[in-house]
Amino acid sequence: MIDVFFYIFAATVIAGALGTVLVRSVVYAALFFIASLVGVAGVYILLSVEFLALVQVLLYAGAVTVLILFALTLTRVEELRQRVDGGQRAMAAVGALGLFGVLVAVMSQTEWPRDVNQLTTVPFASIGDAIFNRWAVPFEIASGVLLVALVGAIILAMQEEGEV
Amino acid sequence: MEVIEQSVPLEHFLVLSAILFSIGVFGVLSRRNAVLILMSVELMLNAVSINLAAFAVYTAPQLFIGIIFALFVIAIAAAEVGLALAIVLRLFRNRGTANVDEVATLKW
Repeated sequence: MIDVFFYIFAATVIAGALGTVLVRSVVYAALFFIASLVGVAGVYILLSVEFLALVQVLLYAGAVTVLILFALTLTRVEELRQRVDGGQRAMAAVGALGLFGVLVAVMSQTEWPRDVNQLTTVPFASIGDAIFNRWAVPFEIASGVLLVALVGAIILAMQEEGEV
Repeated sequence: MEVIEQSVPLEHFLVLSAILFSIGVFGVLSRRNAVLILMSVELMLNAVSINLAAFAVYTAPQLFIGIIFALFVIAIAAAEVGLALAIVLRLFRNRGTANVDEVATLKW
């Protein structure tokens, strides 16, 4: 049963990702991107980390894609294939396939330290416990990074004086 | 925390994440538009997060390191998207284009 769901989610993720990198219209690419992100949330649920799935849907499929769609509107990209894709698609495909081959080859030769058919479920409460006790300092630093990025984004996007 | 038998082994998740990462690499290399490149980068970040979460629950669940790392990847990715899109907007306002190959002022 679980493997059926896994293949459904995996197909969603891969189809969405392929649509994102291949499709001609930038808006359709963004919609495929959302599909792929939702598929990744499903994969997280299969891995029993529901918290990551929630964060994925809220942050990625919600906030990030809205930002990207706004940027697409504001930059008015032309929907011609030559404009969206560069001339190096064939080389890009060769490079990506080569990288995939290397990754799978390394993966098939690795010995895993434990029985890799057993999964340890991670309850919500212990993730919160880990974040706010053991990983509290990195958590606070991440919030600082987010604040600085926010201010930086506002300053970068702000209209300067005398600008149209 | 309880240990359950999973019918999908770890390698399936790793292969899925390798496919996703390769598609992201292809997108970064083949697209010209900065926003589309950014979306491909996000695909690669997602592949990394899947990997981290899969390793965490299958091989080292004690300290949740993989899951916490995946959370931080998502947080940093949000910051990165905000900044990158602000840069793209500024680029478009100054140069009238969002294509990375037309912005070659630093190339000699």
